[in-house]
Amino acid sequence: MLSPVEAAALELSLQVSFWAVMGSLPVAIALAYVLARGVFRGRALLAALVNLPLVLPPVVTGYVLLLLFGRHGPIGARLEAWFGIVLAFRWTGAALAAAVMGLPLMVRAIQLSLEAVDPGLEQAAAGLGAPRAAVFATVTLPLALPGLLAAALLGFAKSLGEFGATITFVSNIPGETQTLPIAIYSLLQVPGSDAAVLRLALLSIAVSLGGVLAAELVAGRLKRRLAG
Amino acid sequence: MSLDLDLALALPGFALEARFVAAGAVTALFGRSGAGKTVLTRLLAGHLRPDRGHIRLGARVLVDTGARIFVPPHRRRIGTVFQDGRLFPHLTVRGNLLYGGWFNRGAAGPKLDEIVDLLGIESLLARHPGGLSGGEKQRVAIGRALLAAPALLVLDEPLAALDAPRKAEILPYLELLRDRLNLPMVYVSHALDEVVRLADTLVLLEAGRVRAAGPIGEIMTRLDLGPGPGTGRTEAGAVLAARVETIDRSYGLATLSFPGGSLRVPAAGLEPGQALRLHIRARDVAIALGPPRDVSILNALPVTIAEMAEDAGAVELRLVLGPQLLVARITRLSAEALSLRPGLVVHALIKSVAFDRGVGAGVS
Repeated sequence: MLSPVEAAALELSLQVSFWAVMGSLPVAIALAYVLARGVFRGRALLAALVNLPLVLPPVVTGYVLLLLFGRHGPIGARLEAWFGIVLAFRWTGAALAAAVMGLPLMVRAIQLSLEAVDPGLEQAAAGLGAPRAAVFATVTLPLALPGLLAAALLGFAKSLGEFGATITFVSNIPGETQTLPIAIYSLLQVPGSDAAVLRLALLSIAVSLGGVLAAELVAGRLKRRLAG
Repeated sequence: MSLDLDLALALPGFALEARFVAAGAVTALFGRSGAGKTVLTRLLAGHLRPDRGHIRLGARVLVDTGARIFVPPHRRRIGTVFQDGRLFPHLTVRGNLLYGGWFNRGAAGPKLDEIVDLLGIESLLARHPGGLSGGEKQRVAIGRALLAAPALLVLDEPLAALDAPRKAEILPYLELLRDRLNLPMVYVSHALDEVVRLADTLVLLEAGRVRAAGPIGEIMTRLDLGPGPGTGRTEAGAVLAARVETIDRSYGLATLSFPGGSLRVPAAGLEPGQALRLHIRARDVAIALGPPRDVSILNALPVTIAEMAEDAGAVELRLVLGPQLLVARITRLSAEALSLRPGLVVHALIKSVAFDRGVGAGVS
């Protein structure tokens, strides 16, 4: 049904998006919690930094990633020297680019759902003897779960569609960094490949639609359960 | 275990400066909304920091600004039952009840079965809080607080969100807790009937300050405290501890005795030997110069007028009855017509009595 090139692009896209969400979710939760509940100097600066990828041209974000995480970049060089991790021109780099691009959306969604949790319930938990970390794990997080799920979905969808920062940071290597959007872009450069482009576009739509539907169903069930 | 508290806190538009020591089993924080009751409970629980002062619970210092001590909420062992219950919606009733147990493993608290039995919530255990009635929610909230093995239980207007039948459903459980568990309680309320039924120490709050604090029988009969906050002066009166002495089945009357005298009241629901608390409202006490004849009122007690105070066209009398105090509220015209003055021996005619078992009764 799918050609080997199409299958590879789809598999790579799912893999990159999955790990982008997995990697950025804990960071997004931590940032959202700090932004939702924290009162500290530099809060506005932190919020601005988190939102920066939303307003920067994706090419610029990709270029910054290349400067920082490239093999000669200040972070990339150390990652390679200390842990043997190379991000540039690898699928892991694509995941990093997708994670950075999706982060503002995820932080925003999680922050809203954390702010919707009744602080009275957290106080009640503290009164029953729960330390702050336990209150977060047993009350705040479970109550924010529908929002968390929505955030993960948003991040996943954003990652599936990420193009500019990815192609700038990790280029266009079939089987390594050529995700669905990059594969579509590559095919568009080849004359007479309209049918192939359409197939990939339809595939892309199907995957995204399936993801959105599944998340809607799960979020609906969670909300009903929380409403008792 | 005594609660010793001296706190000052300035908030935008409100300043609290409260100080009292409560040694009783149930201390009522009483006052109208805005008097500072909720701020005080938040300070107790540790969700607010005072500008200055201390809180001591028995030998433990929870807050002392001078010594820079501030015990965080989760280490205070103060269980709070909130007006709105605040049950965790994502946990079952059982999960809610067991929540505190995860963090208080060392403390010797009551067992789940014991509390479930005491509060009659066996049938609710598997349900989620969303489907419970207001009264059921409050019972679960009380059970949850108790199972965290608190050293002090704070009940913050636990009945305010309930209608009258639900209140009548919960009050007996609160009395049961008071009588069965050796656990000091702070009961926050603006409803005098609840306070009179449950508390032995009364702290009267007004505009962020403690207006009066002491044994409830004493505070309730003080004339200098002015109109009762929030409820009007009509609810003021004496609070006496009494016992059911005998029951006369032919007339359906019970004789209640208390230090200083006895009263006859309708026997409905009473048993011989039963202990109860009487609330005799000032407006339900009339005065006669001699022993009354030809009246339908059964209870006439010889008393001495100790003090008189005028209040909004009426006269309030503080009456000495053996070791007890009664309060009467009569018109100024009557007071002048009878030439009432402190030191005079008169008869107090009791028109009606309210009991702490929830049965109030007219006795004329």
